[in-house]
Formats: sequence, C-alpha cells, structure tokens
Amino acid sequence: MAAESHGPMHQFEIQRWIPLDIGGVDISYTNSALFMTLAVLATLTLFWVATRHRTMVPSRWQSVAEIMYEFVGGMVKDNVGLAGMRYFPFIFTLFMFILFGNFLGLLPYSFTFTSHIVVNAVLAMFIFIAVTVIGFARHGMHYFSLFCPPGTPLPVAFILVPIEVMSYFIRPVSLSLRLFANMLAGHVLLKVLAGFIISLGLVFGIIPFAAVFAVTLLEIMVAAIQAYVFALLTCIYLNDAINLH
Amino acid sequence: METEAAKMIGAGLAAIGVIGGGVGVGTVWGSYMNAVARNPSMEDKLRTPAFLGFALSEATSLFALVIALIILFT
Repeated sequence: MAAESHGPMHQFEIQRWIPLDIGGVDISYTNSALFMTLAVLATLTLFWVATRHRTMVPSRWQSVAEIMYEFVGGMVKDNVGLAGMRYFPFIFTLFMFILFGNFLGLLPYSFTFTSHIVVNAVLAMFIFIAVTVIGFARHGMHYFSLFCPPGTPLPVAFILVPIEVMSYFIRPVSLSLRLFANMLAGHVLLKVLAGFIISLGLVFGIIPFAAVFAVTLLEIMVAAIQAYVFALLTCIYLNDAINLH
Repeated sequence: METEAAKMIGAGLAAIGVIGGGVGVGTVWGSYMNAVARNPSMEDKLRTPAFLGFALSEATSLFALVIALIILFT
C-alpha cells in the first residue's frame, strides 16, 4: 500500500529538488524546505503589507496583524506573566510559522512540513532545552524542586518524583507527536475520502464529496487549533521555568 | 501473507485506544459547555484550560493512532 505511488501516504514523500551534499551531510533543498521558506515569506509579506501604512484607526490588513499580535500577546501575558513578555517574539514567531505551515499544507498538491515528526521534534527539543536552561539560569539548583513540590510527605515523594521526572522528559515527545499525528491523520483522512469520490462515480460520489468538504473545514479548524495549542503549551512550560510553583 | 493479515488486525486493535481519547475530549468540551451555561461570565477565563485539557487528552488517543500507523507502514 505504501509503495503505491498515489496512495494516501504519497503526499508525505520528500523530494530532493536541489541536491546538495556537503561533507557527507545531505542538505538538499527539498519540497519540505520550500514550504518552510514559503511559510516564512507568507508571514513576512502579511506583516509587511499590514504595517506599511500605519494609522491610528487600523485599516483591514492592519487590524489582522493587530488581532494576531494581541491574541498571542494576551496568551503569553495570561499564562507566563509580565516576566514572560521577553520571550514573546519567539512564541509569536513559532505560532505564525506553524500556523502558516498547517494552512499551506491544506492547499491541493502542497506539502505539509508539520506532518513530518523530525520538523516538530526539532522545534520541541529546542523549546525543551531552552526551558530547562532558562529554569536553571533563573533558579539554579532550586529548579529541581519542580519535581518535588514543597510540603510533599516523604512516602508520597517516592511515587511523585519519578512520575514528575517522567512527565518532564516526555514533554518534547508529546509536544511534537501531537502536531505530527494531527496533521498526518487529517491529511490521510482527506486523501482516503477523496479516493471514494473517484470509485463511486459521478452520482453517488456526491456523498463522499460532501464529507470531504466537511472534513476540509474541520482540518482548517484543526490547523489553527494545533498551532494555538503548540504555542500555549510552550507558554505553560515557560511558566514552569520562570515562576517556579 | 499471514503476517500481513496479522499486521492489519494488530493495527485495528491498536486503534481501539482512540475510543478513550474520544471520551476524554467529549468530557472536556461537555464540561466546558456546562460551566459556561451555569456562569457565562467565566467563558473567556475557562477557554484556555479547556483547550489545554483538550490537547492533553487528545494526545493520548493520538499515541494509539501513531502506534497503529507504525504497525501498518513499517
């Protein structure tokens, strides 16, 4: 099934468009890299157009940029507090990158780079390492008290500490897997349903077509929600590191 | 051919875990609706925890789905 060239998994194949090999490391320009470039360019264009003519009463494009800015800014302020506003540019960039990655992937014949776990894993590992470094830089050895909240009775601590340590180290895995599995499952579902349209023909094909329409709407919602959840969880991990308990 | 059939059955069994995620996500949003119906002024405050609970409970079902996909495609 997977070997079939137009199966549901075909859309996730990586194609080397400009093969590059430096010192045995394959850094070819792939379709995944192309869509990452497109996501960055789309974000840049949106904010360049939106903030070109700044006015006190925002124009339509300017209010799009302002709504996004205030949405993410409010999320950081609510979840991390004012101390977290230092990291707002990073979280905003992360949110826009994933949002445009998810949205561009929904276009027909395009490629979803967030449906590859390696992309998400790099993002999640970066967040995990950064949060750990920030935590140790702000609290020193006291950061270990994250694993054992003060006032825990000793018998409970024997169970609590391993669980807390495990849940701390599982963070990058669950953060990257969530986005990956959501994107993968949604796109496979769309392709499988689209296959039914062809096999059912012109008359009965209308039923799976309606389903594809509904699932596409659902996927647009999921794309936005997953970008939001990724940024929200980053905020919550940052909150643990900055305001210990 | 029998290993291929076993793989399919295994993937199907692994996907049963998604039921739990469905129950969990339903509970999260159902409770959110209940809470907002009782106290509409809390709607904005409760939205973030609701999304968080949704994401965390959905993740567990997606782990089951990923295991199913790994069984199918490796």
